[in-house]
Amino acid sequence: MDVKTGNKLQEIFPRYKGRPEELIPLLQEVQAELGYLPEDVLLEISHFLKVPESTLYGVSTFYAQFKLNPVGKKMVRVCRGTACHVRGAAKVLEEAEKRLGIKDGETTEDLEYSLESIACFGSCALAPVMVVDKEVHGRMTTARVKDVLGNSK
Amino acid sequence: MNFEERQKKAIADWEELERGARPRIYIGSATCGRAAGALKLVGVIEAELARHNIQADIVHVGCIGLCYLEPLVDIVKPGRPRISYANVTPRNVGKIIEEYLVNDNPSPELALGVLSETALDGIGRFSDLPMLKPQVRIVTANCGIIDPEKIEHYVGRGGYGGLVRALGMTPEQVIEEIKKSGLRGRGGAGFPTGMKWEFCRKAPGDTKYIICNADEGDPGAFMNRSLLESDPHSLLEGMLIGAYAMGATEAYIYVRAEYPLAVERLKLALKQMEEWGLVGDNILASNLSLHIKIKEGAGAFVCGEETALIASIEGRRGMPRPRPPFPAQAGLWGKPTNINNVETWADAASIMRKGAEWYAGHGAEKSKGTKTFALAGKINNTGLVEVPLGTPLRKIIYEIGGGIPDGKAFKAVQTGGPSGGCLPASLLDLHVEYESLAQAGAIMGSGGMVVMDEDTCMVDVARYFLTFTQSESCGKCVPCRVGTRKMLDILEDITKGKGQPEDIDLLLDLSEAIKAGSLCGLGQTAPNPVLTTVRYFRDEYEAHVREQRCPALACKDLIAFYILPDKCVACGICLRNCPAQAIAGAKKMVHVIDQSKCTKCSTCLDVCPVKFSAVAKVSGEQIEVPGEPTPVTALERDKVAASK
Repeated sequence: MDVKTGNKLQEIFPRYKGRPEELIPLLQEVQAELGYLPEDVLLEISHFLKVPESTLYGVSTFYAQFKLNPVGKKMVRVCRGTACHVRGAAKVLEEAEKRLGIKDGETTEDLEYSLESIACFGSCALAPVMVVDKEVHGRMTTARVKDVLGNSK
Repeated sequence: MNFEERQKKAIADWEELERGARPRIYIGSATCGRAAGALKLVGVIEAELARHNIQADIVHVGCIGLCYLEPLVDIVKPGRPRISYANVTPRNVGKIIEEYLVNDNPSPELALGVLSETALDGIGRFSDLPMLKPQVRIVTANCGIIDPEKIEHYVGRGGYGGLVRALGMTPEQVIEEIKKSGLRGRGGAGFPTGMKWEFCRKAPGDTKYIICNADEGDPGAFMNRSLLESDPHSLLEGMLIGAYAMGATEAYIYVRAEYPLAVERLKLALKQMEEWGLVGDNILASNLSLHIKIKEGAGAFVCGEETALIASIEGRRGMPRPRPPFPAQAGLWGKPTNINNVETWADAASIMRKGAEWYAGHGAEKSKGTKTFALAGKINNTGLVEVPLGTPLRKIIYEIGGGIPDGKAFKAVQTGGPSGGCLPASLLDLHVEYESLAQAGAIMGSGGMVVMDEDTCMVDVARYFLTFTQSESCGKCVPCRVGTRKMLDILEDITKGKGQPEDIDLLLDLSEAIKAGSLCGLGQTAPNPVLTTVRYFRDEYEAHVREQRCPALACKDLIAFYILPDKCVACGICLRNCPAQAIAGAKKMVHVIDQSKCTKCSTCLDVCPVKFSAVAKVSGEQIEVPGEPTPVTALERDKVAASK
């Protein structure tokens, strides 16, 4: 682990009591800081909370939010909720894949973009929806995917 | 200042704001409003006010539910009622403000309605809008009206009055009141809330927990998000009342990580409660003590299930466990625990404020009160609505929802998310109640209603939901883990035209086994979308299996696109736009699609000018067209037609 990451962890850990039930909030905070959860960081957390590595692996792969691999600077999420589905989310995802040159769940090689589909954003009235970082784009069409993402490939 | 004094001041301040000496501008800025560009309006409005040197207050409010009309801006002039404007843009908002505040012209042609008892200057009443008229707004009464970031607004509109009333009663009396109201769980199966509270009250143990389930995971549902963003104190008040009734001292709010604005507003609301002495020890100088923590979910649908949610709060994988023991006996950390959904808690606050009889005066015999629904999909007026239980589906979809866009035919409405079912046109007169929906094979669920039209393939919808439940199945029990996988395989085959005649009955058999054998609600209800689509749309399954035909022309593997030689004028638009370079053609030569290259993206159909309509989409049939470009005949024919 590099020094910077180690320092980050030493900043975060004192805010926790080191109890097993703190696992999920701790993983969330560490991921928010580092972007993803590298293996050596998971091992550190396992020591700190006295939670077996196997449990840590189980929890971090159970929840969709946790990433074990680096993600892009920009996160592009395409909603595939029911309302989005019947209003053409599949085409939006396809177009985003084409624009970014990656598949659902992948990250571009230059670590600029990650693309993932999400179960539901709860912005169903604006279906289909695409979210770039925190900005929600409603009533998407393939043409609007081009506008939002440009020629990012 | 004690609570009573603060309350008095808040009420006076709210009345002052309502009557106020300065103009006020309200902007709907919940997630939907923001996505529609509400925040971009603020700068323009401020500039316009500065340009005219007008002193005015800008108030950020939550979501009134008319999502299809966002962004919404309301303007109030001193001494006059609030006028609402819809689909406001940065381009016209300045003009609206100038016209009304400077020239005293409220621009009736742009106004949506006026929030008062009577019409004004040719502007109709807001409450008479077709989408609002049939609604009864109890739980959403403050949504879009108050600033959700100001506890003063909530209290000024009567907030925490229910808590004060509850504290004047015994816990048993509070439970009796909730029982009398007929309130049932608003998150799923509709268990009577008062009884649930009583179980927890009577369970032995010193430490008890209450949990607010804000893990709104159903795709197509956003009632809870809207309420959390627009009126967070309503459910917090309900939780205080519940804690008092059940004797709980610790509380958790389990909220989806996908709802950042909701989390932000909850955190702020809790801070305000601390300042007001509404959370912590000896709340309002009573013997009620409650500590509330927010837990953010990490993206697992199954955590909407009670025991999985508890496991997740305890820091484990969100996997359900068999019940009994029920959480009321042994829940979080093995202690008696009560879990209610966001809307249920908020309803409890309204009930304590206005009384059980008043609440039970709304709704149907066995389903009392009101329920919020998220209208989405192929419907004109998308948004959030609140209606008395017992309202017919037809009224919700056609009167409130404004029917189906583009003159298409209604095919089905899906209620209850992945646990629910698809109801056909023949059931449009069904009254929306817990029992009637269950009889029809669906569930109330948390209140998502996704409308589907003739272009939606019901087999594809079933496949969609099984994809969802299969990937969200936690994997603990075999019927759900393996069963949903098998059902999905079969459905995928059918949508690809590879289904076997016996597959439909096999799906039904599997459904029964999964329902009977699964551990938790996720598995027990996962087959519902399949069961209802087979029950009401079996002909669509049959067409896929026997004729390799998708009647809705939706399943990619079963459709084909052709360019009709007698209509094509060789304009070249489709050829230039085809992303797969599957179209051959030349000047004055009819274009032809190479079926082996076609990816069925529908671009050619979308771009072909309507006046030519030369692209046909078909399923289960072949259209005879030349294999290579041939000279255009359509123009000649048109010329002949024109000369006649």
